Amino acid sequence: MNETNGSAPMIELEKTVKRFGTFTALHGIDATVQEGEFFSLLGPSGCGKTTLLRLIAGFENPTSGSIRIAGHDMRGIPANKRPTNMVFQSYAIFPHLNVAQNVGYGLKRRHLSRREMAREVGEALEMVDMAGYERRAAHELSGGQRQRVALARALVMRPKVVLLDEPLSALDKKLREQMQRELRDLQRSIGITFVLVTHDQEEALIMSDRIAVMFEGRIAQMATPEELYRRPASRRVASFIGVMNFLPARATGETQTGLVVQIESLGEVVLPSHTIPAGLRVDDIREVGIRPEMLTVIFDDAPGPRHSFEGQVSGNSYYGDMTYYDVVLPGSERTVTISMRNTANRAVVRPGNPVRVGWSAESILLFRQED
Amino acid sequence: MSTRAEAAQGLRLVSPTFLYVLVMLAAPLAMVAAFSFWTQDYLIIDRTPTLDNYRAALGEPIYRTLLLRSVAISLTVTVVTVLLAFPVAYFVAFRVKRQQALWLFLITVPFWTSYLLRVFLWKVILGYNGVLNATLMGMGFTDAPLTFLLYNANAVVITLAHAWAPFAILPIFVALARIDRSLLEAAEDLGDGPFRRFTRITLPLAMPGVVAATLIVLIPTMGDYITPRLVGGTEGLMIANMIQIQFGQANNAPLGAALAVTAMVVIGTISAGIFLIGKRLGGRLT
Ligand SMILES: Nc1ncnc2c1ncn2[C@@H]1O[C@H](COP(=O)(O)OP(=O)(O)O)[C@@H](O)[C@H]1O
Ligand SMILES: [Mg+2]
Repeated sequence: MNETNGSAPMIELEKTVKRFGTFTALHGIDATVQEGEFFSLLGPSGCGKTTLLRLIAGFENPTSGSIRIAGHDMRGIPANKRPTNMVFQSYAIFPHLNVAQNVGYGLKRRHLSRREMAREVGEALEMVDMAGYERRAAHELSGGQRQRVALARALVMRPKVVLLDEPLSALDKKLREQMQRELRDLQRSIGITFVLVTHDQEEALIMSDRIAVMFEGRIAQMATPEELYRRPASRRVASFIGVMNFLPARATGETQTGLVVQIESLGEVVLPSHTIPAGLRVDDIREVGIRPEMLTVIFDDAPGPRHSFEGQVSGNSYYGDMTYYDVVLPGSERTVTISMRNTANRAVVRPGNPVRVGWSAESILLFRQED
Repeated sequence: MSTRAEAAQGLRLVSPTFLYVLVMLAAPLAMVAAFSFWTQDYLIIDRTPTLDNYRAALGEPIYRTLLLRSVAISLTVTVVTVLLAFPVAYFVAFRVKRQQALWLFLITVPFWTSYLLRVFLWKVILGYNGVLNATLMGMGFTDAPLTFLLYNANAVVITLAHAWAPFAILPIFVALARIDRSLLEAAEDLGDGPFRRFTRITLPLAMPGVVAATLIVLIPTMGDYITPRLVGGTEGLMIANMIQIQFGQANNAPLGAALAVTAMVVIGTISAGIFLIGKRLGGRLT
């Protein structure tokens, strides 16, 4: 998935199980992270992301299954001997040390000369845009600066893998968005494998080469951001990633070109074969999904798409560049969410007004009901 | 509100406390300091300022010996107490998972009995016919009772170290309990094994607690006089016993005051030194 690198496996998890007493936090994780990849573990709070990261780092031992890093089995190898370095959620900046001492902490054992040490620390700080902060005390740093120091402290070790546990969740929105881009660009330029834990789907989509979506200790889907958004494998992934409209539906037949599906309020439609996920049992179809941006409000002058329905606007949210409409479907109480890019010569449709909504068969999504 | 009015209100708020401190602490200290420059002439006090008392306090061998012995005993007690308290505090802070409160509670149990009772207890344990000697002889380790146990400096050190243990354990425990566990994981992540984690993270971050424990034990033991009086014999007497004698039987309050001031200055200097060293170690033990 990464253009900058060949693909040797860097982290290989095989049937990795973790139990705490009787509680199973991870039910047999199988996953491979490639060298140089930006890999994210995405899922709601409590699904086991941190536990998986701590298993890789060596702070916890798997109950069963194996973990290999750079081809070596990690069984019995403690955290201080692994080629990984972690950026902790709390950053874990040593409060009694200044920035340079924090960043140089792990280099102490490498017996570098004072000059080499200062150079390594300086370079690492340069990388995270903190050059000149060497003498700052830990308590004089802002949240964003602490985050950068924690990252520099990991990078200076030149690890094979950097593990990041929700590193941006403590930052405000603006800084977080800036850091997402910076972190992404930094990873690209140095080519070290990153494994990021996050509960923020947008963050995962923006930053990752590949994402593993986790629910309750299992990986529900592992794919590129685009695949994940365009082809969610299950209902739960579909509702977790982005906004999704769900409509009751069932399969009624098959043609040469695809599957005939009866969708509530929208009617019968033939879904092209290539949009139907492999392994999906046709009889199990209960719902279909459609993204808000795949539903378009048709204004008088626009050429009509193949399918459309007449609905009524029941509410709208104006975001400046975009407007989200709630539209009541014909002959139903159900509403769908539609997003429209605002343009110069088009007014926002007020609630209570009827609208024509166009859609296409290609944008209808099918997925498993269960994970 | 103007700053002046605010200041006035602030003064009114602190004035009761301030008065209390003035009356209860500063005034007696000032009295002692004043006395140390006067002369006792049988029943009357000669208020002509003089340094004779200090000359005696620092010059006469008996006072010097007592002063040095007090410093030595209190430093020994402090070192012993803090060294023994640290592992206990460490155990409760890091190893006890669920019942920390119970452990801390148990540590304070000895305080439920009066201090005098506890000193007498040590007399019973360390005495010529005491528990320890009886046990040692009974088990055949010794033929005759050991006499170096009671009525000397050792007995004073043992008794004081036992008495002050909880005061040392608690501040060290608080400092250790406050250490964020992810700091230790970060150190491990950066290559440190258990020993280096301890010396580079745990110990420096526990320093404020260690310094607090050191001062809490050191300062009061320097001035203790009950313990040496009851278990110290003549070899174990400390400066406070001499101060008491000067104010009492010897009827020389000015000399007693000069001894007290000297002891205060000595212990104050030592404490300041310990404080500064601790502060540096807290940041530099890397
Ligand atoms: N040391 C532990 N002891 C017991 N349960 C734990 C421990 N660590 C994590 N868990 C449990 O494992 C589950 C997953 O936790 P975690 O990996 O922290 O989730 P996430 O990072 O995805 O929010 C949670 O239900 C949590 O309570
Ligand atoms: Mg977590």
